[in-house]
Amino acid sequence: MKHNEMMKSLGKEALEGMLRRMLEIRQFEEKIRFLFLEGKMPGTVHQYIGMEACAVGVCTALEEDDVIASTHRPHGHAIARGISMDSIMGELYGKTTGCCGGKGGSMHVGDLSKGMLPAIAIVGGNLPIVMGMGLAFKIRKEPRVAVSFFGDGASNEGAFHEALNMASVYGVPALFVCENNRYGASTSVKRVMRIEHVADRAAAYGMRGDRADGMDVLDVYAHAREAVSLARKGEGPTLLELETFRLCGHSRRDPNNYMTQEEKEHWQKRDPIPFFEKLLREGKYMTEKEIADLKEAVELSVVQAIESGQQSPEPDPEVLFEGLYVNMEVPR
Amino acid sequence: MRLGIAEALRKAIHGEMANDENVFCIGEDIGIPGGYGGAFTVTLGLEKDFRERIIDTPISEIGIFGAACGAALMGMRPIADVQYGDFLLCAMDQVVDQIAKLRYMSGGKLKMPVVMRAPVGVTGRGAQHAQCLEPYFMSCPGIKIVAPATAYDAMGLLRSAVRDDDPVLMFEHKLLYGSKGIRAESGTVDASSEIPEEDYTVPIGKGIVRREGEDVTIIASLLMMHFSLQAAEMLEGEGISCEVIDPRTLWPLDLDLILQSVRKTGRVMIVEESPKQGGVGAEIGVQVCEHIPDYLLAPVTRVAAPNTPAPFSPALEKLYVPQPERIADRVRAMMEEY
Ligand SMILES: Cc1ncc(C[n+]2csc(CCOP(=O)(O)OP(=O)(O)O)c2C)c(N)n1
Ligand SMILES: [Mg+2]
Repeated sequence: MKHNEMMKSLGKEALEGMLRRMLEIRQFEEKIRFLFLEGKMPGTVHQYIGMEACAVGVCTALEEDDVIASTHRPHGHAIARGISMDSIMGELYGKTTGCCGGKGGSMHVGDLSKGMLPAIAIVGGNLPIVMGMGLAFKIRKEPRVAVSFFGDGASNEGAFHEALNMASVYGVPALFVCENNRYGASTSVKRVMRIEHVADRAAAYGMRGDRADGMDVLDVYAHAREAVSLARKGEGPTLLELETFRLCGHSRRDPNNYMTQEEKEHWQKRDPIPFFEKLLREGKYMTEKEIADLKEAVELSVVQAIESGQQSPEPDPEVLFEGLYVNMEVPR
Repeated sequence: MRLGIAEALRKAIHGEMANDENVFCIGEDIGIPGGYGGAFTVTLGLEKDFRERIIDTPISEIGIFGAACGAALMGMRPIADVQYGDFLLCAMDQVVDQIAKLRYMSGGKLKMPVVMRAPVGVTGRGAQHAQCLEPYFMSCPGIKIVAPATAYDAMGLLRSAVRDDDPVLMFEHKLLYGSKGIRAESGTVDASSEIPEEDYTVPIGKGIVRREGEDVTIIASLLMMHFSLQAAEMLEGEGISCEVIDPRTLWPLDLDLILQSVRKTGRVMIVEESPKQGGVGAEIGVQVCEHIPDYLLAPVTRVAAPNTPAPFSPALEKLYVPQPERIADRVRAMMEEY
């Protein structure tokens, strides 16, 4: 794919929007990393630093009523899907303003009314659900697409096998996006798979498999757009593998001691944000100054989200017993 | 030597692996150089001495417990673990339908010496990393269940579990491990013990009186045992004397020990971190009623989590998990009324 053509077809406004989302994710994650290290945030977090191009590239290819599902590492997907940072931050602090009212926490952010299922922290757990959402779209002949984000590690779960096979058999409008960041927690893909590419597994299900450069938001977008358009036309699901890397620990204080220095340096050089900025500058879509201004604006909104999260009220004790059943009270 | 639970388990596993070549560990991220030694450091460094018997797996719980089941059938003694107890649910068929039943279905011909380890506890991670699954497995015939609240018991029970010819499921509590470094947990309670040098075991099926008392018998495992001791401490000053029993094994229950205590106190309270519905307290409480109804001065009392999943919000979580204050309040109410 040629970057120039891609950028031309997207246009300045869309491109700027993509960079904004990537910067939002990066700054959001950087700031909460420090809040965690300082012990100012509850719970635990799995961060998306380095993987921004994946979520933003895919979500740019979606329509408003498409639905995405995420994992234990969902902040990036939520921001890319347009869920407000205030409501994500509210959730991280367990406050009423959170997108799940404080009941979910970091690993379960999402808002179905905004096109994102609350994230599922059971590795591989969202794949069968996404297949089911796609099945509903198919049965009701709705032109919608269901998207699963999951990791290389998740592709080794039994749930992956059942979901992909059924998705293919029924030809559901779904996109299975494997963010292959080379590791599942401390475990390198090399230790737990005998194939190079997760996308090759698509063949086993008679499903379309494809790969894109997960550090290049335009490449991700191009491949996602194609897969989404096929799904919407009724031509069935795709397993799309994005080659990417975590430029952060697996969870809060992980120093990544199981990675080699070489590997870390190699991928650091492939940071998707400076790469995209350079394309935008060279293509004359944004100036140095515009990018700097955008960064400043984004930083301000992240700071505001943190303040909002910290200052929002705690849920009322009664909330504990609310929202379990639709038509009955929780027996006490 | 004073050790925390994570260290005690590590040492016990090391010893069992050194003693018996059929013992091996299998799980996710358990022996990766530069990694964590499992989610809570229990197997940290064991791969240095036993590379071939510390088996790092893909994220494949069905595979982990299937491997344990199959290898046990062939005469090995696997120690299989999940990073969080919640993920046992991903392997439920292997655990409940295969591991628990194959011996019975074979007419008692097969043996299933599998050890399964699962961390439990509500610890700021939301509903899918919090469940205390003891009741699920207490309703599953064929599995023995242990739940050590101290490092001494963790070590002794691990040894007994590995040497037992039946499947043993060990629940461990995230806030009791005393995991160090980057895997340290906030809210940790000290469960360390002086560990003797000799090769002692703690028998499966034997509980222990953690504190003697006259008025109320409190029965609690894992973190709730420690919270119950704290509650008993508070109540002592008010002239209420609590006996605290740590069952240590949840199946089979040490009913003799429990009944002996309740015959003395006439009041029994079961404290648990899982929801009250169909819980550990229901099982223990009914057993007491069935066996010694005449000794009860007060109705059996249960202190448990609400009948909901665990909420993330730290404010709600604090209300969800029975705290020492809440346990003490319930004892006071019991003493006032009866
Ligand atoms: C069923 C299940 N098993 C294990 C875990 C613990 N766990 C959380 S994240 C993770 C690694 C996931 O790796 P991958 O799917 O590659 O996603 P990544 O973290 O790299 O984004 C593991 C093992 C879990 N949450 N669910
Ligand atoms: Mg991964």
